[in-house]
Amino acid sequence: MMAQVAFYILAVLAVVSALGVITRENPVHSALWMLLTFFSVAGIFVQLGAEFVAAIQVLVYAGAILVLYLFVVMLLNPRAGGFIRMPAKYIIGSAVSIVVFFQIAITVWSSGIFKNGTIGPLPYAEGMNNVRAYGNVLFTKYLVPFEIASLLLLVAMIGAIVIARKD
Amino acid sequence: MLLPIVFTIIKILIIVTVILLAVAYMTYAERKVIGAMQVRLGPTHTGPYGLLQPIADAVKLIAKEDLTPDMVDRPVFIIAPLLTMVPALAGFAVIPFADNFTMFGMEIKPYITDLNIGLLYVLAISSVGTYGVIMSGWASNSKYALLGSLRSSAQVLSYETAMGLSLVAPVLLAGSLSLREITLAQAGMWFVVPQIVAFVVYVIAAVAETNRAPFDLAEAETEIVAGFHVEYSSMKFALFFLGEYANMYLVSTIATVMFLGGWNGPLLPPLVWFVIKVLFIMFIFLWLRATLPRLRFDQLMSLGWKVLIPIALANLMITAIVVHIVR
Repeated sequence: MMAQVAFYILAVLAVVSALGVITRENPVHSALWMLLTFFSVAGIFVQLGAEFVAAIQVLVYAGAILVLYLFVVMLLNPRAGGFIRMPAKYIIGSAVSIVVFFQIAITVWSSGIFKNGTIGPLPYAEGMNNVRAYGNVLFTKYLVPFEIASLLLLVAMIGAIVIARKD
Repeated sequence: MLLPIVFTIIKILIIVTVILLAVAYMTYAERKVIGAMQVRLGPTHTGPYGLLQPIADAVKLIAKEDLTPDMVDRPVFIIAPLLTMVPALAGFAVIPFADNFTMFGMEIKPYITDLNIGLLYVLAISSVGTYGVIMSGWASNSKYALLGSLRSSAQVLSYETAMGLSLVAPVLLAGSLSLREITLAQAGMWFVVPQIVAFVVYVIAAVAETNRAPFDLAEAETEIVAGFHVEYSSMKFALFFLGEYANMYLVSTIATVMFLGGWNGPLLPPLVWFVIKVLFIMFIFLWLRATLPRLRFDQLMSLGWKVLIPIALANLMITAIVVHIVR
């Protein structure tokens, strides 16, 4: 009962703040609404028993990436009224949203959640917790995608060094 | 069902009250300690030995007029101080202040909650504190405030990395992210002994994280007046102040739990050991402020990126290899 109430509060917050992101004229306000979205989604992750993802969500997205967004927006100092004038932005935006929506819907559908009828965390094996479970799958089953992701980050890092260094 | 909730609320109230009082008296201790280091007396007039000075300061701050300049972005201007203060207090939710003990036939747990991601939670929550600084600088619509907040956020982002990397090494030794289990793992030996390098990196990064001297470029009075909170007055200013000091306590507490063995120690009760260690780190903060001149911004950045992060990374690799061989 409590869990359901908490879920609906978080879900409504997530949707409302997401609407805030796309309706504000001022990009700094949009970014701040996005902060609230990140927090509500982190709350939903906690409810699903994924504390690790929740913490990383706040640490990386809210704590670092969004700060960089704010940096850029503040330094460009766009006037109210939006700084990108793009006639087709609504069409492109809707198209991307629809594609992403179907992608998520298909993933959720194919995971078989609706057949089992329960949504929520499965019990862990003995001596296992959220962080251990993540570590295990990350370094066994998903090792290759994990390494590819780190390679991508390494490339980005080297790129940054090449751009920044004085010749 | 109801009893645990009541218990938790009581614990939260106790912890918040103690922290706020500790913050108030830290300002007194700061003035006395730095006074002693500079051969002066510090506050002496309000109450015996000036002990009522923090109360007088609080009354003064509350009684001042709460000004909101005309051209500020009002909602953001008002939220910003809260975003500095609240994360600093919320971080204390996972700190184990002492071991479990029995009183009146009930087992009492002297912490609000014990998450299996405890350390990550603290890092995540405290990284949100940056928003208070960025938002106040931007919303104030003032050049000094914006400059101060840009400096501060660049600094905090850079040192967060070194701080996180230095904290991973004790986590490897303990094999857990739960702050309680990390403390229990230090019953035999405090992690400061094998991890002295990580400890030093952590303390330097923590001083930079909290924008304290010699890393207080965000509010360098001589260059940018007072930095990000230049437009704030009265209670809103007090919130920034409280947030800064609560943050100092938070990073000191984390240093205590991760490196100095938390409540572990001989003879004295666990809670007393915990408080002594936290106050010792707080004393280092004051000592640094009285001793070192402020760094230049480029020195700050190169210290963070070119010294602390490589040292923390090397230390982490060596620790990982040793832990792998020993297990």
